[in-house]
Amino acid sequence: MGNRAVKPKKTVSKSKDSSEKRVPIFIMGKKYEVPESLTIQKALEYAGFQLIRGCGCRGGICGACGTVYRFPDSYRIEVGLACQTVVEPNMYITQIPFFPANKATYDLEKLEPTGSTVMALYPEIFKCVGCGTCTRSCPMDIDVMEYISLAIRGDIAGAAELSFDCVMCGLCTARCPAEEAQYNVGILTRRLYGRHIAPRAKHVAESVENIQKKRFDKGLKTLKSMNLESLKRLYNDREIEPDMADEFWEPEDKKYIIVQ
Amino acid sequence: MPYTSELKKLIKIVEKTRPERVERKKRGEEFPAMSLSEREKILKYHPDFKEEGRSEIKVGPNKGYRIANEMVELLHAKSRVNPDLIHLSRIDYETDVLVIGGGGAGTAAALMAQKTGVKVLIATKLRHGDANTMMAEGGIQAATKNQKDSIYYHYLDALGGGHFRNDPDLVETLVTEAPKVMAWLENLGAMFTKFEDGRMKSLHGGGTSRKRMHYAGDITGAEIMRTIRDEARNYPNDIKVLEFSPAVELILNDQGACGGAVLYNLETEEYIVVKAKATVLATGGSGRLHIQEFMTTNHYGATGDGLIIAYRAGVPIKFLHTVQYHPTGAVFPEQAEGLLITEKFRGAGANVLNIDGEQFVYEREPRDVEAAAFIRECTVRGKGVPTPTGKFGVWLDSPMIDILNEKGTVRREFPGKWILFHRYGIDITQEPMLVYPTLHYQNGGLEINRKGETVVPGLIVGGEVSGGVHGENRLMGNSLLDVMVYGRIAGETAAAYARKQFKDGKLTLNHVKRYNKALQDSGIDLDGRVAPMILPDYSNPDVRKKQLTTDYTGTLR
Ligand SMILES: Cc1cc2nc3c(=O)[nH]c(=O)nc-3n(C[C@H](O)[C@H](O)[C@H](O)COP(=O)(O)OP(=O)(O)OC[C@H]3O[C@@H](n4cnc5c(N)ncnc54)[C@H](O)[C@@H]3O)c2cc1C
Ligand code: SF4
Ligand code: SF4
Ligand code: FES
Repeated sequence: MGNRAVKPKKTVSKSKDSSEKRVPIFIMGKKYEVPESLTIQKALEYAGFQLIRGCGCRGGICGACGTVYRFPDSYRIEVGLACQTVVEPNMYITQIPFFPANKATYDLEKLEPTGSTVMALYPEIFKCVGCGTCTRSCPMDIDVMEYISLAIRGDIAGAAELSFDCVMCGLCTARCPAEEAQYNVGILTRRLYGRHIAPRAKHVAESVENIQKKRFDKGLKTLKSMNLESLKRLYNDREIEPDMADEFWEPEDKKYIIVQ
Repeated sequence: MPYTSELKKLIKIVEKTRPERVERKKRGEEFPAMSLSEREKILKYHPDFKEEGRSEIKVGPNKGYRIANEMVELLHAKSRVNPDLIHLSRIDYETDVLVIGGGGAGTAAALMAQKTGVKVLIATKLRHGDANTMMAEGGIQAATKNQKDSIYYHYLDALGGGHFRNDPDLVETLVTEAPKVMAWLENLGAMFTKFEDGRMKSLHGGGTSRKRMHYAGDITGAEIMRTIRDEARNYPNDIKVLEFSPAVELILNDQGACGGAVLYNLETEEYIVVKAKATVLATGGSGRLHIQEFMTTNHYGATGDGLIIAYRAGVPIKFLHTVQYHPTGAVFPEQAEGLLITEKFRGAGANVLNIDGEQFVYEREPRDVEAAAFIRECTVRGKGVPTPTGKFGVWLDSPMIDILNEKGTVRREFPGKWILFHRYGIDITQEPMLVYPTLHYQNGGLEINRKGETVVPGLIVGGEVSGGVHGENRLMGNSLLDVMVYGRIAGETAAAYARKQFKDGKLTLNHVKRYNKALQDSGIDLDGRVAPMILPDYSNPDVRKKQLTTDYTGTLR
């Protein structure tokens, strides 16, 4: 109907020099020839797919692009994030952009940071057979089985720490024989840790109190009513904390600093 | 791809100058920072100042305003769908508060609205959380270290960074709410990086006078996003989420207020009518428009849709004449092109160097100044480092960080980047990174007041899609903060509006028809363009040429 795209730009193939070496890949079993330096994600686009599912940040952090692949001569199932993994000849690729997983609901404030909390919310965690498939399936190289077993043992801090890099792609869940939702257990332990185990930041609470008591109102009012010239001067002359200063550095000018 | 032998040779030069630079840094001797007048001079190399990159908007509330061509093209485009075809009497979903955009601002808004007891529907383009918020690495600013910092300095820094053009009221709210946001996130269990006694660690960012950038490893945004998303999922009855359902038009009612939105189900390709008492627009930024062909750090769905649909509904835009280029985007290896290398590397001591291994700019200038300095070094002075694909970059000397602090610092503080480069055969604890400015942040956006309200009653806006908080240039860490502060406020404002101010009325898309007509009358060559864009077009044009029976509406089939 004559509806043209608003200037297509930065298309993958345009930025690709046509002389670049091509390699065969198999997208869901079907063969395509793509430039060898592309990531799986860009290769899908090069092959002609317009991605809707399976593409989010394009930067390895959102977990939308979980992908499994295999090579013809190998029994092994390999995993990767499509946006981070460069194609290799003869890969058989499929994306798993979504996999259903159990998510418990809870009131974080009322929970105790213990193993029994995790077990009450995710009783299936007991069924883990320790097969290690999840660990082998994690594109972030996380020892998933280990954080699950730490959670079972009640080492919430350990599980939180170990699962910290989880992008919640769901590949571990897709392959778990015990039907665990590992990544939801992971975030539960992290939130339990952040809320109930990690020591509180007192300075944050103090700064909130300073604000509630309106201790800065005068300073801000002065700034807001200042003319541009004086404001610029003030900005230019403001004291800068040195790069190498330690945590307890204090400025010389304390007029607008409020310590309780 | 590891560094080529040519690049490895150039790295030797960096290694040669490194010991002395480390010594200088240890002595506290920095490359001199620019004065305000020097900054002004160098800014003429910034892409914002390229006149041929901009054009004038010919219709709507900001007629006559000159902004990036790529944005103007979208404003000069008709609706994706003929408004007469949409049956507004057939309502598919009805809710108290509709939140458009499931990123940081949208999710925070949903949580705050839910707290007051209203029902919320989040409609989002990709999955819940597939958003720029997820990608933020560096940190979030807040003046919480009371022995050295206060909102007074935070205010001053934000204003100076924004060239003193920011809306003072919006900045005041931003800095005043900041500590509360930190307390809120801590309560929700977000794992900020802390000292053993519970103090949050904090760093400098470009343009900060105090180290007030709080962080969670090098995935601060992901930690915030996944925490608030998990919290939203704790209320499945109150907060419903429609994924892969972008808004393509706002709906008004005959009272002149916003009455919901038309969504498009990307999978079944049907249009959906949502009626809402109040609507929060939190669609984030627009990096995927690739302004002036720049690469971008943004997520796949960052196509500026919210700007377009709200502008059609009559909301003015502000500060869109400036766009933020992050000075340090990866230019090598090609697979990582455009990816953000967080400012924290510079905060932690890494120098920026030209092909001769020499410093040419202080590492922590505000972003626009820093980016302009890189561009000048590469394009005017010819001292850029050439890449195998014919681009240029400058070195970011990450190995210095381990030397200045202790061995292992880079791996500990930047695990994400370490792994990424490691996969390509580059060890950033030993080798510097090659970087160039990359399109990063939409400084401006829709005009709001300190409650997130717009000129359209019942339409509340928060996050990157808004304009004014950051003036002409945002400082690192003030955006995650903006998103949390104004996302929360938007949720509260929307809930209050839904309860107290909402007046029912007949739904209409007349504003869209009027806008289409104004375009027609303006004589602009519309060339069949449609907007919002929804998704960028990255599929292969050679394949498209052979899709003989396929129709595209804009970039979508
Ligand atoms: C790589 C990177 C690093 C960054 N690092 C930092 C940092 O260290 N510190 C900092 O303060 N800031 C940082 N920023 C900026 C900051 O992350 C963003 O500005 C901020 O998170 C934007 O939040 P938002 O909620 O407004 O938008 P987003 O988080 O992008 O959310 C918008 C959501 O709306 C959806 N959407 C878009 N269009 C539609 C539509 N038509 N209908 C429905 N939904 C739609 C999108 O899919 C997305 O889910 C960074 C940004 C990037 C890209
Ligand atoms: S895959 Fe499932 S059963 Fe196997 S170790 Fe992991 S959690 Fe346990
Ligand atoms: S732990 Fe599971 S969900 Fe998380 S990144 Fe690894 S495979 Fe993906
Ligand atoms: S697209 Fe987000 S991780 Fe690959």
